[in-house]
Amino acid sequence: MLNRLLAFTHALRNAGVPVSISESIDSLRALEHIRFEDRTAFRTALATTMIKTRSHEQAFDALFNVYFDGGGPADIDDLHDREDQHHAAEGAESFMDELFESIVAGNGGTGGMGELARRAVGRFGRVLSSPSDSRYFEYPVFRALDMDVLLQRLNEQGAEAAGLEGIDARIAGDRFRAAVASFRSEVRAEVQRRVARRKGPEAVTRHSIRPLPEDLDLATASRAEMDEMRRAIRPLARKLATRTAMKRRNATRGGLDVRRTIRHSLSTGGVPLDISLKHKVPHKPELFVLCDISSSVARFARFSLMLVHAMSSGFTKVRSFVFIDTIDEVTHLFEDDDLFVAVDRVNAEANVVWIDGHSNYGASLERFLDLYGKDVTARSTLLILGDARNNHRAPREEALKELHSRAKHVYWLNPEPKAYWDTGDSAASRYAVFTDGMHEVRTLRDLENFTAEVLT
Amino acid sequence: MDPAIDASLVSVESVSDSLSSTGYLPDAAIATIVFLAARLNKPLLVEGPAGVGKTELARSLAAMTGRQLIRLQCYEGVDESKVLYEWNYRKQLLRIQAEQGQNWDQLSGDIFSEEFLLERPVLQAVRSDAPTVLLIDEIDKLDMEAEALLLEVLSEWQVTIPEMGTMRAVTTPLVILTSNDSRELSEALKRRCLYLHLDYPDLEREKAIVLQRVPELPETLAEQIVKVVQSIRELELKKAPSIAETLDWARTLLHLNVTTLDPETLQRTLSVLLKFRSDLSRAEQHLDLGD
Repeated sequence: MLNRLLAFTHALRNAGVPVSISESIDSLRALEHIRFEDRTAFRTALATTMIKTRSHEQAFDALFNVYFDGGGPADIDDLHDREDQHHAAEGAESFMDELFESIVAGNGGTGGMGELARRAVGRFGRVLSSPSDSRYFEYPVFRALDMDVLLQRLNEQGAEAAGLEGIDARIAGDRFRAAVASFRSEVRAEVQRRVARRKGPEAVTRHSIRPLPEDLDLATASRAEMDEMRRAIRPLARKLATRTAMKRRNATRGGLDVRRTIRHSLSTGGVPLDISLKHKVPHKPELFVLCDISSSVARFARFSLMLVHAMSSGFTKVRSFVFIDTIDEVTHLFEDDDLFVAVDRVNAEANVVWIDGHSNYGASLERFLDLYGKDVTARSTLLILGDARNNHRAPREEALKELHSRAKHVYWLNPEPKAYWDTGDSAASRYAVFTDGMHEVRTLRDLENFTAEVLT
Repeated sequence: MDPAIDASLVSVESVSDSLSSTGYLPDAAIATIVFLAARLNKPLLVEGPAGVGKTELARSLAAMTGRQLIRLQCYEGVDESKVLYEWNYRKQLLRIQAEQGQNWDQLSGDIFSEEFLLERPVLQAVRSDAPTVLLIDEIDKLDMEAEALLLEVLSEWQVTIPEMGTMRAVTTPLVILTSNDSRELSEALKRRCLYLHLDYPDLEREKAIVLQRVPELPETLAEQIVKVVQSIRELELKKAPSIAETLDWARTLLHLNVTTLDPETLQRTLSVLLKFRSDLSRAEQHLDLGD
């Protein structure tokens, strides 16, 4: 047991969850107080001592599933499957019906889908790799059972089939969606359990444990992953904002204010115990954020907009701009607190296409300099988000050079891997010369490092 | 250092039962984690959105163990003179002036004694003879520097005052820290705590909470109410409805003698649940209320 726990801790660390030695000792001490047979208590005890951030829970769940629920001999699956085959030599069609009925009947709120998922994997998930050996995968299950079709059918007929009406029928959609999502994750868990039984838990963790939200590649993240990321980005943007705020607050303390110090000392009999300091005139940092929102960086653009939105609610003086082949100011669009409304309005109202809607960094920078250049002063920081892929147009780096000489700092966040910079139509290093640094930012963790290194 | 564990803390079941009897309905995870925190003498960090009952948990813990609740409300700019202790320097000064011409050694020993010490919540909890529950509320509002002040207390249960020496806790307080997740807490702090992520309760538990707090409500209506609230929480809102707001809504409907939810009642009373114009219109759209 101890060995397995240590292996589990090790796997967590490999997945990027920082579990310290003292935390791993705590987990062992916690286990002294609970009964091992009680699975939920066992799980809770491990989670509460090792996982201290919500975004790490998903990795914990996946690993726990593999290390502690995946036990048992490998042929237990075959045994179960043979029983199930007896049960019904069912095709995908009838299995879909069964799923539909089960969800309509109200199963699958939390859990509930486990049994069905197990059968689905046994029935559809097996791929024979050799006559004696078979392997399990997730994708054949969902190729046979199309979840989108199921969800559509649920939305169309589900409420009626369950005999719901009025308000209940209107909110039934949420329940259906949750049930389908739960079936999906149960199938994933079941596949991982089976692989763990056959090949040992290490085999699973090498391949199929998803990275933590902060390690996701922004360019390839799926929608659900983007959602997770949006939750993670908010504290980060706030951190970015408070960092600068804190610097500002500390900097408001100037030299000794003699008059006020003497005045205060009267209440302590003339002994100056409290020393008053002069207030410096606080200088407000100004941040200009320039985002490329062309289609080549579409996903990154969504992320940039998320970041801009989160920051503009934190900073007071953020001005945001978006560009494709020309640039437009969108600060006013982010005044609305709602991210979705803001993004919609950026897409609808921002005037960023000049000729053909392919990125043109040169023209955009030049126009920015023309229109807004006078606002960029020695107090301004420029943050440019984009891949510097200029579609072989004139880069006109002299515009950036001019901006760099006026502004306090210019930073460039590039979503492309460093290895791709300067390949093809990328003008990365031609621009990088005129910045205080071009940083590869592909994950939230990169962004966090950037924040920590540069902005302090 | 746990000679007398309270009777209500001896097992997961007893924690769960005693919490329920104070009016707080815990799920299995909450009960287990509270039990472990008491057993391992570890502070408990409770994180989660506003209005899921984080502070309430501390209050119920105090009620069920019969301990005094000492509360430290954190905000930006809190420093050690608000967290740990402060010297009452005005009094010290009076003392110096009153005893002019006295031997300095004796005097300095005098003015740094307990008489001149102002206890702040954390020191108070450490020095209390009777066991206490210490609630450090919204610790995420605390500055990084102030957070570090708590580390000594949270792992060693002691406070060091340079002039007086180290004060050890007589009885180990139960410590609850709450956070709204507005910033990442430091690794050092997290390492010392057990972690409980409180989220909105699931359907069954929220229904039980509603029925417990508003017992006159018919069960079918309670279920409908909770279903609608849970459905609304799935939306992208500025402020998702908290448990308190579910209860407010339930009471409102009770007073209006509503027996079953229909679109008109929903539209009239939804503002009890949602406090922003944009949230309201989004929920109306979602529930297909229309105008």
